[in-house]
Amino acid sequence: MTDALTISGLRIRTRTHAIVDGIDLALTRGGIHGLAGESGSGKTMTALAVLGLLPGSMTASGSIRLASDSPADGPGIELVGASRQVLGAVRGRRVAMVFQDPSTSLHPQLTVGRQLTDHLRHHLGLSKAAARSKAEALLERVRVPDARAALSRYPHQFSGGQRQRIAIAVALACDPTVLLADEPTTALDVTVQAGVLQLLRELVDDGGLSILLVTHDLGVMSAVADEVTVMRQGLVVESAPREQLFTAPQNAYTRSLLAALPGSSFEESPEELVEELVEGADDVEGGAR
Amino acid sequence: MSTSTKAVRSPRSRGGRAAHPFLRYALRRVLTSLLLVVGVTLVTFVLTNLVPGDPVAAALGQRAAEDPAIVSQFRATYGLDQPLVVQYFTYLGNLLQGDLGVSTTTHNPVVDDLAKALPATLEIALGAIVLSVVIGVVLGTIAAYRRGKASDHVLRVVSLAGLSVPTFWLALVLYYVFYFQLHIAPGSGRLSSDFTTPPTVTGLYTVDALLAGQLDTFLDAASHLFLPVLVLTLYTVGLLTRFVRTAVLEILDQDYVRAARAKGLPTRTVVFSYVLRGASIPILTVVGLAFGSLLSGTVLVEAIFAWPGIGSYAYQAASHLDLPGIMGVGLLIGVMYLLVNLIVDLLYGVLDPRVRLAS
Amino acid sequence: MTDARTTRPDPRDGAPAGPRDGVGAGMLDPVSAAGPRWRRPRLRLGRWSAPLGLLGAAVGILWILVALLAPVIAPHDPLAQDLPILQAPGEGTLMGTDALGRDVFSRVIWGARVTIPLALLLVVMSVLIGAIVGAVAGFFGRAVDEVAMRVTDLVMAFPTVILAMVIAAALGASLLNAVLAALIVSWPAYARLTRGLVLGLRSSNYVVSGQLLGFSPLRSLGRDIAPNIVGPVLVLASLDIGTAILLLSGLSFLGLGAKPPTAEWGSMVSDAIQNFDAWWIGVFPGLAILTVVIAFNFVGDALRDALDPKSQTIRGGGTTL
Repeated sequence: MTDALTISGLRIRTRTHAIVDGIDLALTRGGIHGLAGESGSGKTMTALAVLGLLPGSMTASGSIRLASDSPADGPGIELVGASRQVLGAVRGRRVAMVFQDPSTSLHPQLTVGRQLTDHLRHHLGLSKAAARSKAEALLERVRVPDARAALSRYPHQFSGGQRQRIAIAVALACDPTVLLADEPTTALDVTVQAGVLQLLRELVDDGGLSILLVTHDLGVMSAVADEVTVMRQGLVVESAPREQLFTAPQNAYTRSLLAALPGSSFEESPEELVEELVEGADDVEGGAR
Repeated sequence: MSTSTKAVRSPRSRGGRAAHPFLRYALRRVLTSLLLVVGVTLVTFVLTNLVPGDPVAAALGQRAAEDPAIVSQFRATYGLDQPLVVQYFTYLGNLLQGDLGVSTTTHNPVVDDLAKALPATLEIALGAIVLSVVIGVVLGTIAAYRRGKASDHVLRVVSLAGLSVPTFWLALVLYYVFYFQLHIAPGSGRLSSDFTTPPTVTGLYTVDALLAGQLDTFLDAASHLFLPVLVLTLYTVGLLTRFVRTAVLEILDQDYVRAARAKGLPTRTVVFSYVLRGASIPILTVVGLAFGSLLSGTVLVEAIFAWPGIGSYAYQAASHLDLPGIMGVGLLIGVMYLLVNLIVDLLYGVLDPRVRLAS
Repeated sequence: MTDARTTRPDPRDGAPAGPRDGVGAGMLDPVSAAGPRWRRPRLRLGRWSAPLGLLGAAVGILWILVALLAPVIAPHDPLAQDLPILQAPGEGTLMGTDALGRDVFSRVIWGARVTIPLALLLVVMSVLIGAIVGAVAGFFGRAVDEVAMRVTDLVMAFPTVILAMVIAAALGASLLNAVLAALIVSWPAYARLTRGLVLGLRSSNYVVSGQLLGFSPLRSLGRDIAPNIVGPVLVLASLDIGTAILLLSGLSFLGLGAKPPTAEWGSMVSDAIQNFDAWWIGVFPGLAILTVVIAFNFVGDALRDALDPKSQTIRGGGTTL
């Protein structure tokens, strides 16, 4: 299996310090790759760097390579330092993003239909009518009820879970190969989280899509991820297939995170793990700081 | 304006027989504005009647005011011997019939004077507001996008300087330079002497001339508009630029702008459809405010260009202490300002579906 | 729904705005300088605003010195009509003479003694009245609040210059009446600002916890709330000095302030209307107004930058596209 997205030696810096300090990550084609870590670990910035959307005060170096759809199309596209034209053709078209809070990531003053179709028309050159019927199909695919009527409604007229489904439909509109999902369930009620995760799983299983799922919630990871990378303070501390990571974590930090999960089967108590972690803080893999 | 904010926060629809939300919103705004209009009349009434300056002396002139017979007759005819509350209602009644008193300078009914002057002022005010909104939005957006860079700082200094210029002085300097020295601008007034007023439809010479198909007259009227509009624009554009910058900065920070960029939309679309639409409500608010300062500006500017509008009338009335004239101007501009703010409030509903529609 | 209705930003209002709440720091909205985070002026001056602020301060001080030393600096009696009339600048006097044969330069110098102190007085009085009314209204609420806010509504229903003009005319033309009129239109802005800040702070955790500890309302207001209000009010006041000068000279320009012989900048500009070709009569006093106002505005802007972490322009390298 080839990788849809390959990150190697990525560094993200502000003027004064490093946010991400040289990480490697490979997103397998047709899989969900979980990127876990506490807030401030650099996971969201990693996702933004893929699209070249870092805040103006940050710069990225290293390599983020987006594989081409078929080997015949050449070696793929380098996204770090890519030109505005290249990024413009990748964003929304080949790599799309879903944000944490759908009540802020959808424009409150634009109809759902408008937000679903404007990039469709821009990237694929569809007519207004064609874009609208595609948008309706998209809404049906993410199971927003009454799709046709939904097109002319505004985001505030939907529930939080439906809004996130709409945001996912917006991201999927141009059939991207990579979806970056930044904490897509964090702002949602627990009861609707499962539904959205299940939707993401189905989208991947339908083929053609790979998801980089950024979250601090290991429960979410264990539910849907195929592979998991754990980040801490701008460094990767562990990266492994899900089964392996959840049953036999190698790193003390990972163990402490897992132990904090409710119903964890670790014999060490979270307190012991934290102690162990603090003692071993200096030899975190890669030697942070 | 806190009435409006207050009203907004007061208990909302609790279901039941709730009217359409926008209708309720609009109705509340209209009522608030009406209350404020009453307040405005109260202010002008109090000012005309309670201040040290004796209204009798002001209306009759010093000599007549010394004759007790004339004075008591005057007081009786104008109801000045009645209690103040009665006087206020008489005053309100007169206002409703369009009676604002008689100007002591022109000796015409103030209403007639104002009606004659209003179109001239509207012409420059509308021109200036359109121009300054366009320029202010463009410059403010550029400043926000270029935040912290040299162009942002330059715009900041320039708009601050623009806010510091005394308008009446700027008018004088521009008039001197463009008319006396360079002979580019036409002289004072709304039309050159060899043109006749176009047939009145709107009262705006430029529009009327176009409607009548008189291109020459249109060009002449437009060239006369140029300097007054320029001065008023410079006066408000600094305010708008600074405000738009802040509003746009706030929006640039929103997730939906990041999301729009993540969709790969061209910058043009992101700016116009997402950023400016998001900033439209704060921008609209400041446009309302700018309109107020523009109306103030006309009072300080028109006299210099001998522009026969409300401003010149106010200048003339003020320098002759013509109280009915001044109160008429205050009342008119106060009501216009409230009207503009009401329109702004109602436009919120047009721009923001959350105001317009129930969830 | 709730958001939409409460986010209407009234730039003249002092209601503390959250980070996503409508408009943040603007020239008219020093509110965001508030925030409970504000403790003490941390003078982090921007790369550009600091030098401009210093330049403004220098020019402002220079003008204050000119006002103080006017009798020494001015070569002529500002009221004496003993020079040839309408003499151009350089033909015997620095800035020419007006239609009555008075020295324009001396009148500009003496004009500083009229406008600057009155404007400062005006701002100080507005701040005092506004802050007291606003604090009382915000802290004790209820009837006081209701009455105070309706009064400010009424004042703010007019554009300021217009209301000041109407009041000044009703009171009768004099410099003192012009100041009084200006005061009546200026204090509500401070009342609204202070009230908004007090309202926000009153329910903040640290004030509430102070009250739970048994602190008296006066202590809360004086020790816990007041220090957080000083900053924003100071910023608004510093930016208002320029506005006050423009308002007072504007009223005099309209003939509602200084009486004829007085050397006052606004009425001097007004004199020029009768003598358009003698440009110096109006240009120099206008330049005086411009430089003073710009100086105070630069100071105010730098102050706002220094006190308001949100308006910082040094951080962040713009938005990449």
